[in-house]
Amino acid sequence: MIVYILCFALFLVGIYGALTKRDLIKIILSIGIMGYAANLMFILFAYKTGASFAILTEEGINTNMVDPLPQALILTSIVIELGITALLVTLAIRLFEKYKTFDITKIRRLSG
Amino acid sequence: MPVETWLIFILGFMILGSIIALELKDILSSVISIGIVGLGVSVAFLFLQALDLAIVQFLFEIFALIILVRAFIGKEYHIKEPSKSHVIQTVVTIVVLLSILALSINVFRLLPQFGEPIFSTARHYVENGAKETGAANIVTAIILDYRAYDTLGEVTVLFTAILGVLAILKTRSKTTSPAGGDHETN
Repeated sequence: MIVYILCFALFLVGIYGALTKRDLIKIILSIGIMGYAANLMFILFAYKTGASFAILTEEGINTNMVDPLPQALILTSIVIELGITALLVTLAIRLFEKYKTFDITKIRRLSG
Repeated sequence: MPVETWLIFILGFMILGSIIALELKDILSSVISIGIVGLGVSVAFLFLQALDLAIVQFLFEIFALIILVRAFIGKEYHIKEPSKSHVIQTVVTIVVLLSILALSINVFRLLPQFGEPIFSTARHYVENGAKETGAANIVTAIILDYRAYDTLGEVTVLFTAILGVLAILKTRSKTTSPAGGDHETN
């Protein structure tokens, strides 16, 4: 249970960064931290004590494995996170070129 | 040592690294501290018997570091404008988040203990995966055979993200430099 609470604490650190930091780069890093914590939480749920990795060996069928389904889903999630990071970084670069700053309180030249 | 002790150690290290990354002034140090968190997740995956995920997470971390360093290091804005933090906003956020953590402890009590899997959907995959797909690695069997449409969607999402990145960078090079090729030297 302590492991779950620590993993949730890592997620909350990410939320803290995204809420209080004014630097756009720090916000992108905070979103990354939240992604790490969410991925790790799923794999923590999938772990079974004393079980081996989900690869079959020669010696018969060994069904004492960790749950392979969350691992497959998180594999997809990690790859998509890379795309999200790249897109956020590109948007931040464009904002920097237009406003010459990464401070989100100064990026507000809106008309609506 | 049991796995849980190692995981508590790694998770404490990761929380420390993320707080340091968020509070440091120098942006290169922050990006490197985020590397601590990502590689810590990779090591945690190794302890949790998720080998494919450990490799993918390691690669993701390297790529993310390359992207962040390539994009943000060299912009001198940190020296020009030091970051001012709003004290009241920070204190209120920390108090609210700590109370959320305290309340969530009761929720985690309801879950089964660590080491007892919650999901049981994968029993069919584990028992019949080798017969039905011929793959020794069950994770590979799931992502490439049972849930191949998920993987197709993942590739679509990644392709769309790359298209978005290219489109955004293309517009910039058109507006800022008519000669083109400016995005290579950023």
